[in-house]
Amino acid sequence: MHTISTPQEATQALAKRRAWHWLEVVFWLAAAASVFLLPSQHSLLTQIAIWSLFAISLDLILGYAGIVSLGHAAYFGFGAYVAALFAINYTGEPVTGLAVAAVASGLLGLVTSLLVLRGSDLTRLMVTLGIALVMYELANQMSWLTGGADGLTGMPVDPVLGVLPISFRPLNAYGYVLAVLFVLFVVARRIVHSPFGMSLRAIKGNPLRASQIGVPNNLRLIAVYSIAAAYAGIAGALLAQTTPVVSLTYIDFQRSADVLLMLIIGGTGYLYGGIIGSALFLIAQKFIGNVTPQYWEFWIGFALVVIALFARDRGVFSIFERLRNIVGGKTKP
Amino acid sequence: MNALETIHLEKRFGGIVPTSDVNLVVREGARHALIGPNGAGKTTLINLLTGVLKPSKGRIKLGGEDITVLKPHQRVARGISRTFQINQVFGELSPLESIVFAIGEREHLGTRFWRGFGSDDAIVAEAVAIAKQFGLSDVLTAQTASLPYGKQRQLEIALAIAGKPRVLLLDEPAAGVPEAERHEILEIVAALPQDVTVLLIEHDMDIVFGFADRISVLVEGKLFVEGEPKEIENDPRVRAVYLGERADG
Repeated sequence: MHTISTPQEATQALAKRRAWHWLEVVFWLAAAASVFLLPSQHSLLTQIAIWSLFAISLDLILGYAGIVSLGHAAYFGFGAYVAALFAINYTGEPVTGLAVAAVASGLLGLVTSLLVLRGSDLTRLMVTLGIALVMYELANQMSWLTGGADGLTGMPVDPVLGVLPISFRPLNAYGYVLAVLFVLFVVARRIVHSPFGMSLRAIKGNPLRASQIGVPNNLRLIAVYSIAAAYAGIAGALLAQTTPVVSLTYIDFQRSADVLLMLIIGGTGYLYGGIIGSALFLIAQKFIGNVTPQYWEFWIGFALVVIALFARDRGVFSIFERLRNIVGGKTKP
Repeated sequence: MNALETIHLEKRFGGIVPTSDVNLVVREGARHALIGPNGAGKTTLINLLTGVLKPSKGRIKLGGEDITVLKPHQRVARGISRTFQINQVFGELSPLESIVFAIGEREHLGTRFWRGFGSDDAIVAEAVAIAKQFGLSDVLTAQTASLPYGKQRQLEIALAIAGKPRVLLLDEPAAGVPEAERHEILEIVAALPQDVTVLLIEHDMDIVFGFADRISVLVEGKLFVEGEPKEIENDPRVRAVYLGERADG
């Protein structure tokens, strides 16, 4: 640590915190390469990319704003149904579908945030759970619209922007999903490194002080909750566009719980946690599931306990860090 | 002109009345101290002034404007800011980030979501100047939670000043600060800009008499007496209620 005496030094120090790390560049280049180098894994990679976007959406509210949600699938599922119904009734162009799903889920987030943000942590948790249950039951009961328990089929998927066909083309579909993930990641990254993003971190860290600095805490939380809901809606729409049927599993509790697990495994508050967590989760599910299907839940439960006890903030990374400290003989302060 | 004024202010919690018919007037530019024994209702009064608590009765005026029904962040925007008895800082942020953030919010730029945080040169320059003034230049990029309590205390006051308040409420600024770091805090308090009206809530009589030009004594939720430091010091009733009690331990 050194003394900062000029504005230039301070500006540089702050710019450094926003700058892209070379590891990030490597990561995205590797992701782009996977489109061409791993053709046999495209269906798994597509799943990972969609779950990643969903987990990033949760990270925006949990990692940056401190809102724990057990019902984030409400917005994922809503976006999926809206995208499917829009495609069936209007146009099957995927990007248009994403935009419509984003607006619809964002509005649902805006309205429901008014309920979620009342009360303290436990209340919030219960309200998010309740909202997702209500949405699930609505989708179940309104079978004339959603197909109910049978699911919604017959959604047309036209070429992306009229040029890139993704229906039954795993390579194109993965390229499309990955491109959407990348664009939305960059947007999210910009948001969390903006003055608005800093205000969220401040509210999460000390809401009392934030309000005494003049921050309208609730308005900021409503804004980020709506943005996160829009992101979740886009993730849902992507799954709808790359899967033959939109069903109630899009919106059920298992999905809300899984995305929370993935994010906690990968770590909160740095955006990559959602990507790393969903990749580890789905790869482990696939390979452990192949070896010992009945033990899959055991291992994921085991991993969760370890992470909850030793690595709450940075997920798997904290474990590496701790191991390094133990091996290096350092003790954590 | 009165910077801050309360009119028949009252707060009830069931049968307890921690603030009872308080008519407090703080003049513009004053160095006003609010003293009183433990449980006199000093903290409740601060919470009423900043909007953390809603009064049961009465009005609060800031520079003549009625702010009784405003939310805390709205009051801050109108020029009242505070420090806390126990540090309320952003442990995970650096002092630099915290101060830049506070200035940005003052300028109503906190909703900008497409600009980089810290890319506004004027704000960063002001933050560096405030840091210098509050003795934080050497720790600007450290994580706040890792700093000694005294430094965090300096940041606490710097954050309040970064909002350019008209009225600053200082709640026991030296509380919890180790003896060795104390003088730095007191120098900072003494050097606060003259155009900022300061209401100091304090237990330590040395600090009060060294700083204030006006003193109000709060006892059992009521304004007991008010006057110049000399008058207060020599008032037998104050001695009995407050100073006397202190002498007895």
